[in-house]
Amino acid sequence: MKEYQTITEISGPLVYAEVDEAIGYDEIVEIETAQGETLRGQVLESSEDVVAIQVFEGTSGIDRDASVRFLGETMKMPVTEDLLGRVLDGSGRPIDDGPEIVPEERQDIVGAAINPYSREYPEEFIETGVSAIDGMNTLVRGQKLPIFSSSGQPHSELAMQIARQASVPEEEEGDDDEDGSEFAVIFGAMGITQEEANEFMEDFERTGALERSVVFMNLADDPAVERTVTPRMVLTTAEYLAFEKDYHVLVILTDMTNYCEALREIGAAREEVPGRRGYPGYMYTDLAQLYERAGRIKGRDGSVTQIPILTMPGDDDTHPIPDLTGYITEGQIYVDPDLNSQGLQPPINVLPSLSRLMDDGIGEGLTREDHADVKDQMFAAYAEGEDLRDLVNIVGREALSELDNKYLDFADAFESEFIDQGFETTRDIEETLSIGWDLLSMLPKDALNRIDEEFIEEHYREDDAEREVVEAAD
Amino acid sequence: MSKADTTDAETDNGVIQSVSGPVVTARDLNARMNDVVYVGDEGLMGEVIEIEGDLTTVQVYEETSGVGPGEPVENTGEPLSVDLGPGVLDAIYDGVQRPLDVLEGKMGSPYLDRGVDAPGIDLEEEWEFEPAVEAGDVVEPGDVVGVVEETVTIDHKVMVPPDYEGGEVVAAEAGSFTVTETVVELDNGEEVSMHQEWPVREARPANDKKTPRTPLVSGQRILDGLFPIAKGGTAAIPGPFGSGKTVTQHQLAKYADADIIVYVGCGERGNEMTEVIEDFPELEDPANGNPLMARTSLIANTSNMPVAARESCIYTGITIAEYYRDMGYDVALMADSTSRWAEAMREISSRLEEMPGEEGYPAYLAARLAQFYERAGYFENINGTEGSVSAIGAVSPPGGDFSEPVTQNTLRIVKTFWALDADLAERRHFPSINWNESYSLYKDQLDPWFEDEVADDWAERRQWAVDVLDEETELQEIVQLVGKDALPDDQQLTLEVARYLREAYLQQNAFHPVDTFCPPEKTYLMLTTIQTFNDEAFDALDAGVPVEEIVDIESAPRINRIGVQEDYEEYVEDLKAEITEELRSLY
Ligand SMILES: Nc1ncnc2c1ncn2[C@@H]1O[C@H](COP(=O)(O)OP(=O)(O)OP(=O)(O)O)[C@@H](O)[C@H]1O
Ligand SMILES: [Mg+2]
Repeated sequence: MKEYQTITEISGPLVYAEVDEAIGYDEIVEIETAQGETLRGQVLESSEDVVAIQVFEGTSGIDRDASVRFLGETMKMPVTEDLLGRVLDGSGRPIDDGPEIVPEERQDIVGAAINPYSREYPEEFIETGVSAIDGMNTLVRGQKLPIFSSSGQPHSELAMQIARQASVPEEEEGDDDEDGSEFAVIFGAMGITQEEANEFMEDFERTGALERSVVFMNLADDPAVERTVTPRMVLTTAEYLAFEKDYHVLVILTDMTNYCEALREIGAAREEVPGRRGYPGYMYTDLAQLYERAGRIKGRDGSVTQIPILTMPGDDDTHPIPDLTGYITEGQIYVDPDLNSQGLQPPINVLPSLSRLMDDGIGEGLTREDHADVKDQMFAAYAEGEDLRDLVNIVGREALSELDNKYLDFADAFESEFIDQGFETTRDIEETLSIGWDLLSMLPKDALNRIDEEFIEEHYREDDAEREVVEAAD
Repeated sequence: MSKADTTDAETDNGVIQSVSGPVVTARDLNARMNDVVYVGDEGLMGEVIEIEGDLTTVQVYEETSGVGPGEPVENTGEPLSVDLGPGVLDAIYDGVQRPLDVLEGKMGSPYLDRGVDAPGIDLEEEWEFEPAVEAGDVVEPGDVVGVVEETVTIDHKVMVPPDYEGGEVVAAEAGSFTVTETVVELDNGEEVSMHQEWPVREARPANDKKTPRTPLVSGQRILDGLFPIAKGGTAAIPGPFGSGKTVTQHQLAKYADADIIVYVGCGERGNEMTEVIEDFPELEDPANGNPLMARTSLIANTSNMPVAARESCIYTGITIAEYYRDMGYDVALMADSTSRWAEAMREISSRLEEMPGEEGYPAYLAARLAQFYERAGYFENINGTEGSVSAIGAVSPPGGDFSEPVTQNTLRIVKTFWALDADLAERRHFPSINWNESYSLYKDQLDPWFEDEVADDWAERRQWAVDVLDEETELQEIVQLVGKDALPDDQQLTLEVARYLREAYLQQNAFHPVDTFCPPEKTYLMLTTIQTFNDEAFDALDAGVPVEEIVDIESAPRINRIGVQEDYEEYVEDLKAEITEELRSLY
């Protein structure tokens, strides 16, 4: 392996070096500084005599005398089942004083695209125990469903609640999943604070979840460019556990906003023509190459489910980060600052939230036969109530019809009884739907035009007396 | 296009000079623009997109990690082309027409590996050829010389390729042949096989483009009823994420009364293509009960697949569509999403360091969009038959803002505009097509068809619905300020009628087994039922019945259930009678 001391230019996270051999695009590079520190990087552009290198740890400490080594291969992640229970840095190196990790395989971190023909359509319900999700925006195995939040909101609490509760049912039932697959969580932190990281770690330790988790930590004071590698390390590990070791893997990536900032930084250093708001024009493709690594594959038992978290700058979902994400993922869950300040836990706004894989994941044999209708009706009724809230501020409740008043009551009850369940409470789907019917029974039968008459017969609570009886019996 | 076709011209080959993502430059490559080349030791497929002095720029249709300077670039001397012939239907391709099922087998992995190629149609499979000509007949380019049953639904017409001269048939025999074998010989030595190749960036020739006068019936009420598209027409579906572009495209692919569907998933989700692959073989073609896949060709270049192949997938799709049009079929092409296609152009263009136009898109964006939609139309083919290509493109504007270049440039060309609306989607009003913003410029030229085939007052009834909805929009502004009860009785009643139009007529649940498909007759009957309610209700109001009593009648809410009725004719008849009776009993 040849060593070069030919650095010609250092600019932001980029280093340019002259070479006299062919260097492959994307190849891994080691740079040794005069102080003896070794930094790692990747070839961003390769031509006959000069290459552009992106240095993960940042370029500080590098000078013209630093030596550059090309490793002749693209970036790899050493994978093994023994990664479960381990804490790694953002580049996949252990930081938990555990034993040395002996990899079973070393896999390319830029995963190849899954052949669409080889995919299996995700339609297995994941019970998260959160009504706003299970009832209204159901998550299925192999889905990518991000949380759209903003700074200072309890998105981490929600993510932890999902990770904690989503794994429960099968273990409870004693008999393993019919395909015998186990559950694993892979947590990828990108640029979050030590404090946030501690919250996650404490929760993992408190609930004993760590032993079936792999944690990748790139914190706020870690190199920004490394953030472009972390999610690829995470997903390579996830694919290995899911498709070679049959795990149902839940991947939590937080915070995608920091990842995108790192992309922008690199783009700016390369003097690329910027796209919207300074983010690279290829950010859609780049994000797709991460998010599309969720899914199921024909003939394999495991699955990769992704819950990326992103904080929307200015709580604006037309900002390129949430916008491009929403165009790639299979729905999104909105954490709403207003609901949060009202004290709702979790403060999910179901109206703009969406799960696109819900329709095939619910219904008879999956959740319950009336689920789709109940969901449709609750969306319609809550939206109606929400609209009327604006009006009522102007004209007062008296000016509204009896029915409109019922919609207003419905919207209030929907938030306080259905949504606000607390971060520690888990509800099974029966309970979620039963609360749904309690609420819908506040409205006259006639108004339930999205629900099959048969289901109304079966579930509608005729009067409050009956409502209570039903509740008591539950 | 397969590697075997490579003409062995050693001297034409070059050497890689630099690599940057999907863009590779080569030295000493002797090639023409748009020639297909094989790049690097692994032979990755690429296309020449710029020639400058000694340097040739190539866009590579596969990932280029690890490819480096000094590796060879091999020229095929042929432009990027598609393989046309029996086997294109019931197939699923990537953006450069490599069959994804064949690739899975060849790669032995669910992941898309590099450097593996396969022809677009199986060159070994034998087909039963039935000649339509005999020795002595004179045939011209485009003429049908025989027929092959390609699928249970579609007879594949074997045609003299458009770039042949034509002449007298010397031999034509029935029998089993592979697509490469000659089935008809002409006196000038030309041999016709079941296989044609056609360069994707070139439109297949036609005699004439005509005014389309037949609707592409979609089975979607708001489309057929208010904003119809013609066979041979163009339409755009712009909307923010999650507003229903893909569901609408899927609905069209399932229920539109086209003969052939070409569905192009361009830079979108893998699972959406999987859904089509899993569902379409099971779903019935509403026209004949055969599996839907039997009339469908799928092109899936998902968002994580190479961006250069995303740029070409639209051309691959439209060329396949034109080929079936030449046989005299009505073809409908869906492209989801044209924005991803435009972005692929932008990405390549910026790697070429071209001068960026608006929002970084290349200056030729508008021209490319126009060229694509121009290839749609109702045509008289060169063999005298008539066929059509309808093109329906989804547009994904950043931030849902329609003022951006792709939406704007598309709107300048297409004649049907289905504007999706985030607000409607949020309240689960589906399809969330905004009835105030959308339009169809085909409406008037299609009315005669609807009047002949469905009902002679089709256009009148539609106008009535549009008027009521317009009035509602105005009234809603007042309601926002003072509440509904402050309105006079007749306006309150109009709001109630408009509510039925919105909830029963405009909304349609794509996931309900019955409601998902609504034949125009049902669309019409639903409208007449709402109008019956309207007329009877206003009569009652005139007779002094209070509006609260009118809107409270028991039978009216059943209007909302017409959509889910299988035996809708009887249901509608009963319902109209009941509404009438109930309202008349009030005075
Ligand atoms: N006609 C319909 N009936 C019922 N539900 C619908 C209908 N149209 C859309 N939806 C709902 O809206 C969701 C989003 O629709 P779709 O995936 O088509 O959005 P899109 O506009 O293609 O978004 P993107 O740009 O992100 O691809 C669907 O998953 C479905 O739940
Ligand atoms: Mg879509």
